[in-house]
Amino acid sequence: MKGWHNETDRRCRDSRAGQRGEEQDRELAGLQADHRRRKVHGVRPLLDILPRASDPQGQTGESRLRLLQGLRHLRQRVSISRDNDGFGGEKMKKMLTGNEAAAIAAKLARVNVISAYPITPQTVVVEKLSEFVADGELDAEFMKVESEHSALSACVGAAATGARTFTATSSQGLMYMAEMLFIASGMRLPIVMANANRAISAPLSIWCDQQDSISVRDCGWIQLYCENNQEIMDTIIQAFRVAESLSLPVMVCYDGFILSHTVEPVDVPEQKDVDEFLPHFKPQYSLDPEKPVTMGSMGVPEYYEEIKCIQQEAMHAAKDKLVKVDAEFGKKFGRRYKLLERYHSDDADVVLLTMGSLSSSVKEIVDRYRERGEKVGLVKVRSFRPFPAEELIDAIGHAKAVAVLEKNISFGSAGALFLDTAASFVNVKKAPLMLDFICGLGGRDVEALQIREAIRAAARAAESGEVRKAVRWLGLREKLVGLRT
Amino acid sequence: MNDKPFPESLIAPGHGACAGCGCILAMRHALEALGKNVIISMATGCMEVVTTPYPETSWRVPWIHVAFENAAAVASGVSAALKSLGRKEVKSVAIAGDGGTADIGLQALSGMVERGDNVLYICYDNEGYMNTGIQRSGLTPFGAWTTTTPIGKVKRGENRQKKNLPAIIAAHGAPYVATASVAYPVDFMNKLKKAAAIEGPTYVHVLAPCTPGWRIDNSKTIEVARLAVLTGSWILYEIENGKMNVTFKPPKRRPVTDYLKIQGRFKHLSDAEISEIQKMVDDQCKHFGIE
Repeated sequence: MKGWHNETDRRCRDSRAGQRGEEQDRELAGLQADHRRRKVHGVRPLLDILPRASDPQGQTGESRLRLLQGLRHLRQRVSISRDNDGFGGEKMKKMLTGNEAAAIAAKLARVNVISAYPITPQTVVVEKLSEFVADGELDAEFMKVESEHSALSACVGAAATGARTFTATSSQGLMYMAEMLFIASGMRLPIVMANANRAISAPLSIWCDQQDSISVRDCGWIQLYCENNQEIMDTIIQAFRVAESLSLPVMVCYDGFILSHTVEPVDVPEQKDVDEFLPHFKPQYSLDPEKPVTMGSMGVPEYYEEIKCIQQEAMHAAKDKLVKVDAEFGKKFGRRYKLLERYHSDDADVVLLTMGSLSSSVKEIVDRYRERGEKVGLVKVRSFRPFPAEELIDAIGHAKAVAVLEKNISFGSAGALFLDTAASFVNVKKAPLMLDFICGLGGRDVEALQIREAIRAAARAAESGEVRKAVRWLGLREKLVGLRT
Repeated sequence: MNDKPFPESLIAPGHGACAGCGCILAMRHALEALGKNVIISMATGCMEVVTTPYPETSWRVPWIHVAFENAAAVASGVSAALKSLGRKEVKSVAIAGDGGTADIGLQALSGMVERGDNVLYICYDNEGYMNTGIQRSGLTPFGAWTTTTPIGKVKRGENRQKKNLPAIIAAHGAPYVATASVAYPVDFMNKLKKAAAIEGPTYVHVLAPCTPGWRIDNSKTIEVARLAVLTGSWILYEIENGKMNVTFKPPKRRPVTDYLKIQGRFKHLSDAEISEIQKMVDDQCKHFGIE
């Protein structure tokens, strides 16, 4: 049996691309992994990139960009000037991972029932909330269910009974919930879920991409994608307001490991302020013997379509609600996010489009281009469902070329953000050229070089007025698949 | 619908259950026993479909249907919410058929019992997937015809005995597990009342004939259900904190053929096959101390 493992590993049938011979597969598996060794994200490189002021040459180290995914605002928020701003000092920020921020946000929302099942990289959310309940810091029922399917089923039961309900999952767990996702939204239950974005098997991968939540984009949940840990905290608090006012469930998505396991400074709101912003949950309908209702009845053909149309209308209304709740949140807590963020995009010829932590990396690159006077910008999509089509037309309609960078793919088609963006312009006379870059799948780093490559390709398209290949891959090891990108 | 004939019933008439349906009887008895301070979480199945075609409902108690396999998990969620909202007077009740309990719903039920959730779970057992048109489930009895256990040249009906579900739930350490029959409504309702009063996971499994599925006349539901008990094919017992007690012993056990011959689903059985079933029933009765 000696060497059995190697033998098995090298077969690696899962990675077969198209119809290939066994010989080719053997060759493929024999190639070196070719990854640069990951360094421990130590303090020193952080210090190098933190204060821009100490770096007069502006050499902020694109080679270390990986460190900046999600960490970008570190530089902005922990500056010396802000700490001594003469207004009584900024509140002390806590150093929190994305998962911790999510758990604390659920606690601040005073959830009644939590029902969740552990999965990497979401696990810490479950652990933290268990601790809060065990320590009496959070007066809630924590249900340690036997699966994600039951996790969401229990949330449905609890929410229908009138409890404020929270769950968290990732990847395979979200897939296992799929049936219940549709039912939760169809029954119009305001459940809030944190989803730590992780790739979908096979091959098994615990690392980040957004294939999981994107794959359930049609399930009728509001989907919000966060760029950093502060946004996770704030978005979950906002999510309960939005969910409960529209009777729609909300999925708050954040990149696994890149945010879920990365420590960032987070301004934790005061409980009394959250209480003022988020009053007690008072459902319009709930299961109550005093006033019996039937929920989840059979929708005969004479009614089903209308019920679905009403659901779609609620989803459209969610756009307005998200903006209003965000504005109110901004007034109270000083932070706003909107449906999408425009970053140097208003006068840009080339606009990049992203969701999640990748936005931070792209902002860095956009800064470099701007320093040289080149009109490159970014639009970060925060609300993927409802999709901000009109807002996007307004934000990128003027651009010559748009490059979508996204960590998902609809096999046989293109990336979901690209498809929806393209569809937004279907009846618009003048639309920018659009390119789609599939990248960062299964935890692959998206590096500065690749972002620049996408910008160059978009700039070429803008110049020539044509796109030769609309859907491409970034950072692909061409040798492995025998493709040219 | 004119519901005057049943003014007290918490389940309104006008539903779409078949004439002679044993399951809808079980529902009526259950609500009679439990009263109005309940929240019902029901699995997909006959009882869900016939009682709630939007925008109508037969339920005069709060009722929720979510999916096929998760009545137990939904009821657990309801129970957690009731606890969190301080509503101690309301009981969370899960109801599912044999498929939704023994097959696709077993994981959720196991979780519910193992966690000790305060839920009364009722399984109405009509011994097959009747809602989809009489397919075999894990609780279809030995020898029975269904559309997926047809009588062919080499295979003759269901070749396995019923999964012993009450024993599985009892093995979880549930404080109360009981079997019942729609032919013995007082026994059934007493068990439900006992189960509902216990704070924790309790389980009541009621045998309820399906007239089209069992191939019996609409008027024979109770007679067939009673014969199941009188022949020892179905035994009425309860397991309270691990202690087993048979609640009804048939005075003089009748031969199993009396139960089988009245049902079209067993009409293909040869004398040898009936003898085989008689032996199985005898063994079962011996285990429960029934002569």
